[in-house]
Amino acid sequence: MTETATVSAIESSESKRVVRGKLSRDDIVMRGSMIVIGLYLVVTMVFPLYAMLSKSFSTYTFDLAAYEVQVSDESGENFSAPVTLLALNEELGVVSASDLNAGSDGRIGVTQFFPDFSFRSPVNYRLRNTTDAGRFLVGSTLNQSVEWIELDSNTFRRVQLRPVKETGLGNFRTYFETPALSQSIMNSVIIAVISTIITVTLAFWFAYALNRSCMRFKGFFRLVAMAPILVPSLLPGIALVYLFGNQGFLKELLFGASIYGPIGIVIGSVFFTFPHAFLIISTALSISDARLYEASVVLRGSPWRTFWTVTIPGARYGLVSAAFVVFNLVITDFGLPKVIGGQFNVLAVDIYKQVIGQQNFEMGAVVSVVLVLPAIVAFAVDRLVQSKQVALLSARSVPYAPSPNARLDWTLFAFSSLIAIFILGILGICQFAALVKFWPYDLSFSLNNYQFDRMDGGGWASYLNSIKLGLLTAVVGTAVIFFGAYLVEKSNGFKTGRAIFQMFAMLPMAIPGMVLGLAYIFFFNNPDNPLHFLYGTLAILVICTVTHFYTVSHLTATTALQQMDREFEAVSASLKQPTLKLFTRVTVPVSLPAILDISIYLFINAMTTVSAVVFLYSPKTSLASIAVLNMDDAGDIAPAAAMGMMIFYTNAAARILHLIASRGVLSRTQAWRRR
Amino acid sequence: MPDSNKRTYLEIKNLWKYFGKFLALKDVSLEIKEGELVCFLGPSGCGKTTLLRAIAGLDLQSQGTITQGGADISNLPPSERDFGIVFQSYALFPNLTIKRNVAYGLENTGRSKPEIAARVSELLTLVGLPDQGDKFPAQLSGGQQQRIALARAIATNPGLLLLDEPLSALDAKVRVHLRHEIKELQRKLGVTTVMVTHDQEEALAMADRIVVMNHGVIEQVGTPTEIYREPKTLFVADFIGEMNQIPAIAGKSERVKFVESDMESLPHAFAEGEDIIAAIRPNDIIPHGDGARSPGADDTVETEANAIKVTVSEMEFLGSFWRCRLQHPIFGGNELIADFSINAVRRLELAEGGDMLIELPKGRLMAFSRMEQAA
Repeated sequence: MTETATVSAIESSESKRVVRGKLSRDDIVMRGSMIVIGLYLVVTMVFPLYAMLSKSFSTYTFDLAAYEVQVSDESGENFSAPVTLLALNEELGVVSASDLNAGSDGRIGVTQFFPDFSFRSPVNYRLRNTTDAGRFLVGSTLNQSVEWIELDSNTFRRVQLRPVKETGLGNFRTYFETPALSQSIMNSVIIAVISTIITVTLAFWFAYALNRSCMRFKGFFRLVAMAPILVPSLLPGIALVYLFGNQGFLKELLFGASIYGPIGIVIGSVFFTFPHAFLIISTALSISDARLYEASVVLRGSPWRTFWTVTIPGARYGLVSAAFVVFNLVITDFGLPKVIGGQFNVLAVDIYKQVIGQQNFEMGAVVSVVLVLPAIVAFAVDRLVQSKQVALLSARSVPYAPSPNARLDWTLFAFSSLIAIFILGILGICQFAALVKFWPYDLSFSLNNYQFDRMDGGGWASYLNSIKLGLLTAVVGTAVIFFGAYLVEKSNGFKTGRAIFQMFAMLPMAIPGMVLGLAYIFFFNNPDNPLHFLYGTLAILVICTVTHFYTVSHLTATTALQQMDREFEAVSASLKQPTLKLFTRVTVPVSLPAILDISIYLFINAMTTVSAVVFLYSPKTSLASIAVLNMDDAGDIAPAAAMGMMIFYTNAAARILHLIASRGVLSRTQAWRRR
Repeated sequence: MPDSNKRTYLEIKNLWKYFGKFLALKDVSLEIKEGELVCFLGPSGCGKTTLLRAIAGLDLQSQGTITQGGADISNLPPSERDFGIVFQSYALFPNLTIKRNVAYGLENTGRSKPEIAARVSELLTLVGLPDQGDKFPAQLSGGQQQRIALARAIATNPGLLLLDEPLSALDAKVRVHLRHEIKELQRKLGVTTVMVTHDQEEALAMADRIVVMNHGVIEQVGTPTEIYREPKTLFVADFIGEMNQIPAIAGKSERVKFVESDMESLPHAFAEGEDIIAAIRPNDIIPHGDGARSPGADDTVETEANAIKVTVSEMEFLGSFWRCRLQHPIFGGNELIADFSINAVRRLELAEGGDMLIELPKGRLMAFSRMEQAA
């Protein structure tokens, strides 16, 4: 063709200039808004993560060779020859090598290098840094100069050395050289893999029963399967303590093994990840094509062969996707191993222990980086697989309708009943324990455990805080996320900007809550940060929760928006109407079902989340889920269970309200859907 | 018919459009007169929709200028241009009633509520749906929805109406009916209209002028009859209607040669002896013989040189006519397709395997370059 020729012809003709479009007011407004929401994501995610990453590479050490001192005699005039503190320390051994590794706030008093120091003595001291890197405090004044300064004994008492910051892999080296720490990687992975295998297997058969059999009570089973989403992940831990703990009435079933540790974590993980796996696999099974089954029957394939050649391949993307989602949930979960992990260390709890227990923020950052890696891999694989799953959907597929088969149906019914008993049992135990006086000795009814104000953890105020957080997150989050998704889906041009925005919107899903929370400490608790004022407020909890659950909501919004006619914006522009009018008059009303879905998702997650907010709450903003954790920590297990069930009932009520609202909204504003 | 006295309303000059490395429009220039209905016609991917979207400002051209009503609109955003648009998908706002859909563009324009209501009912009457105002779009049929989309697009009296495959989503019967209505409406309003379509029948029926496009270039611009009768290129000839294409050799200016057979044709510019494609439409081939014409009519061969005796190899009944495949050694392996009326076939008693005399009328026999066919 002549195309290449014309391309070069056009490139050579300088006179023809490329047309640059003039931006309309709407374009400017939309791009501006997109930049604002993009900046929001940068500030609430990218910057904190960067702060955390740089923290993990920062080591602080005291370099004693960087300081020189001279000491005078009693007259205060005749000074000895200069000597470094290193030399003094080698002589006296007052500071050990490990003491020289410190955090960013580390300080060493200088007088300990002088055994006969007295602040009343007339002896004068001279002190200087030998290099520019050295620094020390006199009182609160930082001195970094290499000039000698002369101090009397009383002032010298207030001299403190400050560590030197270095950037490097030092922290990571320490981490991997400390078996107590690095062992957690293996622990976490093993727990996650075992939980994944069990959950996906159970969820598959459960979904199979619901989609491919004619068993009874499907609606009930579906409802029960979704219940674990409504409670914090640590609630099953509490139930397991009651069942199999030191006082548990089923303790003997473990044959001497302890529930505190891997067994408890795995059982609890199966409980709280089950609905996630079930949803994904159920979707995969429900879209299968009946014609393939008919073909298999015509070709005289046995049911067993049909299962392996049609059912499993059809659901394979769902299975893989579910596996990675479960793996990710388990490996990043903090609440459950905190409650029932015992001495069994996992990564997410290590972060908490390093930061809250040992105040070693750098090491917390290192564990966070280690935890992010498998989470990102799992996330990436999941995204890849899900994009393939979409390709399986074909408009011409015929939905599969199961035919009754008594033996299979009853077997699956029995299996599903066991799952339902497991889920309802866990919830029931918690509710029962919350309502009795003193498990297991006094099983009489009492509401004592609901007197939260008498326990640690913030009392009823924390429950109200949780509701406030849930509502604010739902309202603010839905508004920001939906508008952001609209801008990225429907604005003109600005391709690079939209691609970057899309990337930012996908990132939060790959970031474990613990990591996000810790990153927030590093970023927002920095006194130099103009946003420091947010620290310790409810606002930061809202921001953190919105960011934490941004991705799923964004994807829900994007999907809904993509289903809308892509020419609405063009029509609106041709009619000279502002795009914002289109957004409020058409886009939002038409997308209301998706908007409600996003808000209930955000509300329920805000009610149950522990991981991100555990670093960020203040006494005034304690949350119900945190209260469960803290009461359990303090040994008030029954009140913890009671609070956990409060969360459950609140979420269940929210869910019912959501259902009613959806119905109402559908009938009122979506009248157009009816013919 | 285009009125040459009318002034140019839309002028497109040297338009280029790239999508990455793909060249979608290649130096396209076009003038559209005031009040004209112009169809952009071509196969999918030919650039017709790209050109429409460039006129609307929805996808800016890479290079080139567009002038509308004397003003340069080349780089203006859609909201600052003057046009109404109708899409294949109708793009009616599903949650607004028909009335509010039509009123959408009238709001915030300084019109009072009664004014808007009056204009809306006027428009609904105009498109023949005066009683449907309180329904929602989903409650109307496809054809009705498209009429509402049209009413919405013309509500503000735009200077230019753009129709992007407006009828493609409709049933065949509704389509025929609606294309007539759109044409009527356009004439009544006198609004300059550009319509994109891939349906040649639609273009022939509706357009004042047709712009045939292929691979990002304009192949030919002309009235429907010009395009059909005098296609400038083999692509146009083949795309609009049907066309026999037979390799031949150019004779002198008004002759083409099939092997030894030298026939008269329309004038062409090929040098004698050059390889060409000779082309003729199936329904232009004239059957001869006893009874070929209705009784009493004259059955004389006009040009002796263009009459040949062929063998009917295959016949296909297509309802309103017979399609016959005709063989003759001078066409090599190619069969000539001819459409004969049912009456002619009956009177000539044509049957598969039989022989017959046909004439390729010289006024319908065209010559095209062989290069083009290769491309």
